[in-house]
Amino acid sequence: MTRSFVRKLALGAVVLGATLAACAKKEEAPPAPAAAPTAKAEPLKAAFVYVGPVGDSGWSFSHDLGRKNALAKFGDKVTTTFVEKVPEGPDAERVIRDLVAQGNKVVFATSFGFMDAMVKVAKDHPDVYFEHATGYKTADNLRVYEARFYEGAYLAGVVAGKMTKTNTLGFVASFPIPEVLRNINAYTLGAQSVNPKVKTRVVWINSWFDPPKETEAAQSLMNQGADVLLQNTDSTAVLQAAERNGKFGFGWDSDMSAFAPKAHLGSVALNWTVYYEKSFGEILEKRWKPEVTKWGVKEGMLDFVKPAAFLPEETKKAVEAAREGLKTGTVAVFKGPVVDNTGKEVLAKDAVADDTWKGAINFYVKGVEGKVPSSM
Amino acid sequence: MSEVALLVAATLAAGTPLAIAGLGLLLNERAGILNLGAEGMLLISAVAGFAAAFHGGSEWLGFAAGAAAGAAVAAVFGWLVVWLNTNQYATGLAVSLFGSGFSAFVGIDYVGRQLGEQRAHAVPILGELPFLGPALFRQHPMVYVAVALVGAASFFLYRTRAGLVLRAVGESPQSAHALGYGVRRIRLAAVVTGGALCGVAGAFLSVVYTPLWVEGMVAGRGWIALALTVFATWRPARILLGAYLFGGVTMLQLHLQAQGVELPSQFMAMLPYVATVVVLVLISRNPLWIRLNMPASLGKPFFPGA
Amino acid sequence: MIRLDVRPVPSLRMSVLSPLIALAVTVAAGGVLFLALGKDPVRVLSMFLVEPFHGVRALTELGLKCTPLILCALGLGLCFRSNVWNIGAEGQFLMGAIAGGGLALWVTTASVALSPWAFFPLVVTAGAAGGAAWAAIVALLRDRFNANEILVSLMLVYVADLFLSWLVFGPWKDPRGFNFPQTVQFAAATEIPRFVRGMRLHWGFAFALVAAVLMWLFMFRTHRGIQLQIGGPAPAAARYAGFSSRSAVWTTLLVSGGLAGVAGAFEVAGPMGQLTPHVASGYGFTAIIVAFVGRLHPLGAVLASVVLSAFVIGGQLAQSRVGLPASVSGVFQGILLLALLGCDTLIHHRLRLVRWTWRTAP
Repeated sequence: MTRSFVRKLALGAVVLGATLAACAKKEEAPPAPAAAPTAKAEPLKAAFVYVGPVGDSGWSFSHDLGRKNALAKFGDKVTTTFVEKVPEGPDAERVIRDLVAQGNKVVFATSFGFMDAMVKVAKDHPDVYFEHATGYKTADNLRVYEARFYEGAYLAGVVAGKMTKTNTLGFVASFPIPEVLRNINAYTLGAQSVNPKVKTRVVWINSWFDPPKETEAAQSLMNQGADVLLQNTDSTAVLQAAERNGKFGFGWDSDMSAFAPKAHLGSVALNWTVYYEKSFGEILEKRWKPEVTKWGVKEGMLDFVKPAAFLPEETKKAVEAAREGLKTGTVAVFKGPVVDNTGKEVLAKDAVADDTWKGAINFYVKGVEGKVPSSM
Repeated sequence: MSEVALLVAATLAAGTPLAIAGLGLLLNERAGILNLGAEGMLLISAVAGFAAAFHGGSEWLGFAAGAAAGAAVAAVFGWLVVWLNTNQYATGLAVSLFGSGFSAFVGIDYVGRQLGEQRAHAVPILGELPFLGPALFRQHPMVYVAVALVGAASFFLYRTRAGLVLRAVGESPQSAHALGYGVRRIRLAAVVTGGALCGVAGAFLSVVYTPLWVEGMVAGRGWIALALTVFATWRPARILLGAYLFGGVTMLQLHLQAQGVELPSQFMAMLPYVATVVVLVLISRNPLWIRLNMPASLGKPFFPGA
Repeated sequence: MIRLDVRPVPSLRMSVLSPLIALAVTVAAGGVLFLALGKDPVRVLSMFLVEPFHGVRALTELGLKCTPLILCALGLGLCFRSNVWNIGAEGQFLMGAIAGGGLALWVTTASVALSPWAFFPLVVTAGAAGGAAWAAIVALLRDRFNANEILVSLMLVYVADLFLSWLVFGPWKDPRGFNFPQTVQFAAATEIPRFVRGMRLHWGFAFALVAAVLMWLFMFRTHRGIQLQIGGPAPAAARYAGFSSRSAVWTTLLVSGGLAGVAGAFEVAGPMGQLTPHVASGYGFTAIIVAFVGRLHPLGAVLASVVLSAFVIGGQLAQSRVGLPASVSGVFQGILLLALLGCDTLIHHRLRLVRWTWRTAP
């Protein structure tokens, strides 16, 4: 009985294999139109690797907007493809290698977890440009770019500090990585710049994307007196929860004003377009250099958009002043003295934090309640 | 004091979709069918519910569409496992996979859309009571419907002839068949009804709880609902308890985090899962009790001719 | 209408033909779907059916993708045949990854002088121990407290995932990694040896194939293996054969947990080379489908994991090469699985056309 079953299986395997082989033969005959020599210059082939679905209305969506915009701007000089929902494990390396094998001359990978896959593939393909968002490893043909998100969080904080009645802000956080910790701290510092009494409560949901959990976390913060919420997660759930409870919130990643007409105080909107235009332009003009790009409000990669019409004039002025200050460099988010929430001075008076300092943040500033999970 | 009331209120809301979906799966399982496709059914009904509410402008239309979508997916699943006798575990998982792809595919146009303004709800008079009002009586009507559904399911299973037949089918399909009951039809009916309930839960998530549609938004709640049926030892009232326990521990851990408790958030997030296991162990210690409740034919195919 | 009649003996012909019929159904359904989306159906189908097998690199990548699926599905096949419903292989996979990764991390930070071949048995042992220990919790609670293994094993998946998250965000974080959640890159000595330089396929694949053969021998050629399969569905028969169902619970869970753990350790010490929060990629859940599509047979598991891996890889190829959205690949994979499962009905049933009357339907 068992032996015959095995035989059946083996037979099945052979038949299946033969069918596949037969298919393979048929398909192989005309190899994909191999780069036929044309008189016109070949368009630049660019590929994007996304961690989420392009329809996530958050992170991957914002990168895809940048891709589409670059496509529109450069016309027939570039062609693009993308692969969405690529897991940040061993799959990434295969996907990236395959994109290179397809003749792409530049690969943009838009999540931190793709870093080591990018490093490995970049090493094997010196003639291809690699661009990695939010990472820190670079090579001759691999460079990194990221947005200074915390500037947006700071501007939101300025508004929050003015608008809070309970002097308690809430933050729905994803994972304790430096970027998120910077945002929590910047949100608090922004609020304290206009209202020193402000404190911030933080809830971690251990996910970038879980709308029901985001709602629950927001509810929990509001139940404990937080009346202006910011989130570092991808959906509109937190803002909508604020709307339902008659509290305030912000949009994150993109303009979310339509989701909560009464609660929406403004949105921290990303604009990758500026970077992708720069990058394509540099490759087309053959002046691409490995470098580290960190852009914020000044460069237009990030902005505080759609401030609510009902904001008091004074609040509007305060946030506009801070925004202008960030643009001209007269305002720095992390400027001493900065004291952490155990009372230790982490940045001396009048010192302005550099990127190394900001990269190493693993504490909450004074006013944030609790302890950073990754330091416990 | 008011914080406790709000915690209770949040718990009831968080437990409601789990309770409704769990109840649907319980009906399946009482008839002997294990549906691991819950996650996929919830997703498809979430997008269907959102789309209906978006175009029709009514929450209740959303629930109806969710129920219909859930029932339709369940019917496909039921046809495969009941008529074609495919393996229930694998078929359910395939439905989950299919559902997550399919919902993302059809839902792409609804990403970033918003439903109309959300109304606040309160039961007249009772909603004004101190403490009890904010804790219990200012919920969406579906929260009370869930409780009513659980009562109705209890009544159906233990007090009606049809419920007795359903349990008999789950217990011993051969005997039920010998007595002249159409085992397959009854199983299919249970699967479709259960699917409809899962559909209501999915629509509740996308229309009321987090009024938005994004791919993958159910984020594992189908699995939790499945776990609840086991946890409840297949008794409807305990589904409600389990759902509130899970929702409550989830809210409590978020609440404690916001209080600044000094424990890594990962350990806090483990609490609902650990609590579920611990309570299961406590209630499972009497083996006889479990065996009396677990549908004996759960997960096993039935061949009427054999 | 069409009626299904139970065959007196399972059909040999159908057990071979059913996957092919399923494939034909899937290809037909997929063709219509892709055509409706305005894609060239032949080209899209070739992404799933041909490209993943096309060329040496593609084949090695396919083998790499198969390895964890085979290992997880082997153990699950044994569990399911013995009526032990372990659906938490994902958690056992993660704990194996943590154990194997922890060992590699220790070797790296303590600069232990070791050759990759000496490390290979160590990492297998660590992974197996990690996975088996996690499954042992399920076995213990089932055995001592009668707690349902479906629920316990599933809940432990979430716990394992959060535990890994805590480790890589906290104590095991690379001190020079700018607070990003990952360990240091493991030393070269900890890398699972590869078949060919420049290709990622490692000897874990051979390990998985050997495990499949051994599992086949165990299941069908040893007294204990056969007892286990009797022991599950009919405890009385097993007791008659001198075998307790308690022992079945322990044996199957430890074996399947161990195998899933080895899969996790291979993934970490193989293609990843470090621990990150993204070790879990659903292999433990996919393996449940693999086990059933492979008809709970060890060699079937190997074939089924090849088919599933090809479809996953094909889905990604179809995105970049023909612009097929990931969600459509998901739908297509779902159709394939439902067709494979549905067509297996033909092995035990015969289709018969009958005149439709209300009463004849059972």
